[in-house]
Amino acid sequence: MSVQAWTYFFVALSFGIYLFIAWRTRVRDTKGFYVAGQGVPAAANGMATAADWMSAASFISMAGLISTMGYAGGVYLMGWTGGYVLLALLLAPYLRKFGHYTVPDFVGDRFASDLARIVAVTCAIFISFTYVAGQMRGVGVVFSRFLEVDIHVGVIIGMAIVFIYATLGGMKGITWTQVAQYWVLITAFLIPAIAISIKLTGSPLPQAGLGSTLEPSIAGQSGVYLLEKLNQIQTDLGFSSYTATFVGGWDKVNVFCVALALMVGTAGLPHVLVRFYTVKSVRAARWSAFWALLFISLLYLTAPATAAFARYYMIDSLNGKTAQELPSWFENWEKTGLILWMDNGDGVMRYSAGEDNEIFRGGSLSAAELSTVQVAHRAWLDSEGADGTDGRAALRALGLTGPDRDIIVLATPEMAELASWIIALVAAGGLAAALSTASGLLLVISASVSHDLYYRVLRPQASEKQRLAVGRGVIGMAVVVAGIFGIYPPGFVSQVVAFAFGLAAASFFPAIVLGIFSKRVGTVPAVCGIVAGIGFTAFYIIACVFFNMETWTFGLFTNGINPQGIGTIGMLINFAVTLSLTPLFPRPGPEVEAMIDSVREPEEAGPAVMIETAPEH
Amino acid sequence: MAASTDTTGNKAARALRRYWRANIRFMAVLLGLWALAGLGAGILFADALNAYRISGTGFPLGFWFAHQGSIIVFVLLILAYCLYMNRLDKRHRRELESTEQEG
Repeated sequence: MSVQAWTYFFVALSFGIYLFIAWRTRVRDTKGFYVAGQGVPAAANGMATAADWMSAASFISMAGLISTMGYAGGVYLMGWTGGYVLLALLLAPYLRKFGHYTVPDFVGDRFASDLARIVAVTCAIFISFTYVAGQMRGVGVVFSRFLEVDIHVGVIIGMAIVFIYATLGGMKGITWTQVAQYWVLITAFLIPAIAISIKLTGSPLPQAGLGSTLEPSIAGQSGVYLLEKLNQIQTDLGFSSYTATFVGGWDKVNVFCVALALMVGTAGLPHVLVRFYTVKSVRAARWSAFWALLFISLLYLTAPATAAFARYYMIDSLNGKTAQELPSWFENWEKTGLILWMDNGDGVMRYSAGEDNEIFRGGSLSAAELSTVQVAHRAWLDSEGADGTDGRAALRALGLTGPDRDIIVLATPEMAELASWIIALVAAGGLAAALSTASGLLLVISASVSHDLYYRVLRPQASEKQRLAVGRGVIGMAVVVAGIFGIYPPGFVSQVVAFAFGLAAASFFPAIVLGIFSKRVGTVPAVCGIVAGIGFTAFYIIACVFFNMETWTFGLFTNGINPQGIGTIGMLINFAVTLSLTPLFPRPGPEVEAMIDSVREPEEAGPAVMIETAPEH
Repeated sequence: MAASTDTTGNKAARALRRYWRANIRFMAVLLGLWALAGLGAGILFADALNAYRISGTGFPLGFWFAHQGSIIVFVLLILAYCLYMNRLDKRHRRELESTEQEG
């Protein structure tokens, strides 16, 4: 069977499974809809959390980022896993013991204020929407590249699938679909990595293969370590060494800030936090944090291997080759604009860090803009520089040097000449990663609007039936809005997704941690802290990204702080504002103190706060 | 009668304080290790550690911590936390049960 036939087969099979699960897990009450009836076993919740967490970006883009960044790519690996330690130790067990439906619920009850609740709802919706638009776009991209379907049609198919299982089953349907999606995406990620690892290093474990020697048939001699060879090739071509630390803008301060912002942001993301409400007990919440990171680490320990393997293949199979010698994958992917060749006239491809580099990408250029550049380049070549413009200089000026990072995961199976069914598997995996994250985020949006705003603030007398209907209606609308964002991406979305972490780090994390570990912090300091933290972070990001503000050095560092890492500073501001205002404002009342005590008491020991009997529910 | 309920209540409160302090202590140790592995070995000391290589592999130590080592440490830290806290929960429950019986 051809790659395309296999792709249709895997995508249809996985979608069929998701729909079957949706039908089996449909729900009738709000508890099932928002927190899956709190009956999800720890290991299953771990898998669901892993799938929820690993987005299209983790699956498709991360290995590519690492591949071009080398050592500094570790910020994503450490940042996106280190957050789980904070989550497991500081948040998950206590939020489960609290036992309500959403994160704004906790913030609102702990700080006994509707203002705090509304601030939290706004943060949750904002973070979720910026994130979900990127997922829908990912669905469209996978469809268009692998199935040659129009990108809009791809988004609509993805929307329809999510719409069915999210409205029917709410959190319960989403949870069990995510369990299935975890297996699809991890299989799709591991099989190609294992196959490449065996080919390149002879080791069936890609994680170990990264540190192994290259197969003698590939390196030409035995005993050459992959990483050493890679360092040597990189430096020969003028790139910085793959394993060298702190190169260019990624100095120690920036690596530190970005990694910490991603860690704390992970622990503050509402769609991850809410997963810990769905398990049976505090004990199960702790275990599911462990399972989640274990399942995530399967992909995250493999990604650096895939990144290095792909870097090796990419350079080795392209640099110094003539048009006849080029591998067939290059031609397939050249059509997508993810990789382009601007020859200098000698017919030999050159990939380097210097001005003689001939490998570029289309980026966000339209087909027409791109062909203008190519026509001018052709003219420049034919007239030997008298006419037209050098396409290399033009693209370099636009910052489009080197292949698109997404090509690394999507095309590596082809680079390594793996079987067509393995290549096809990647498409199903990318879709699983995007859909699972999208559905988790959509549920947060739905819960924020229908539970936190409609039920807790606007209409506390609403009946169970009305609340469920509103929940379903809102999730349906959210799917449509997310789909529209996917089809017509507002320019800012792709730039802002990476910043959702900074915003989460600066808003939720300090508020929840102080809410649990301090009995003294009252309403006003907490709200001021959230507003100051998120205000500062949002200001810095918007000013740097959209108004080209110079990054700040705070008078301490040699390089300015990358906007991706500003969440670290925002978090510190939040903590500082909250703690310095605390002595000036009254202690929280006795009900709040009792609530903190009950959250700290492990469930088996004291009387549990159950949702049915809890006040105001 | 009233006095004895009061002491039971006090004992329960003391048990909860003890439980909470043990929790905080263990958590502080684990978070220390978390910072040491992720932020320390992976970032702050990565350049110094890169001078060493894990024997038998091609990994420079700092690079390895940033790409793989820290993740392995993180998984183990959460495992240790689960095992310790679940034991602490059991001990806390036994303490509470014994105070109830005395009361």
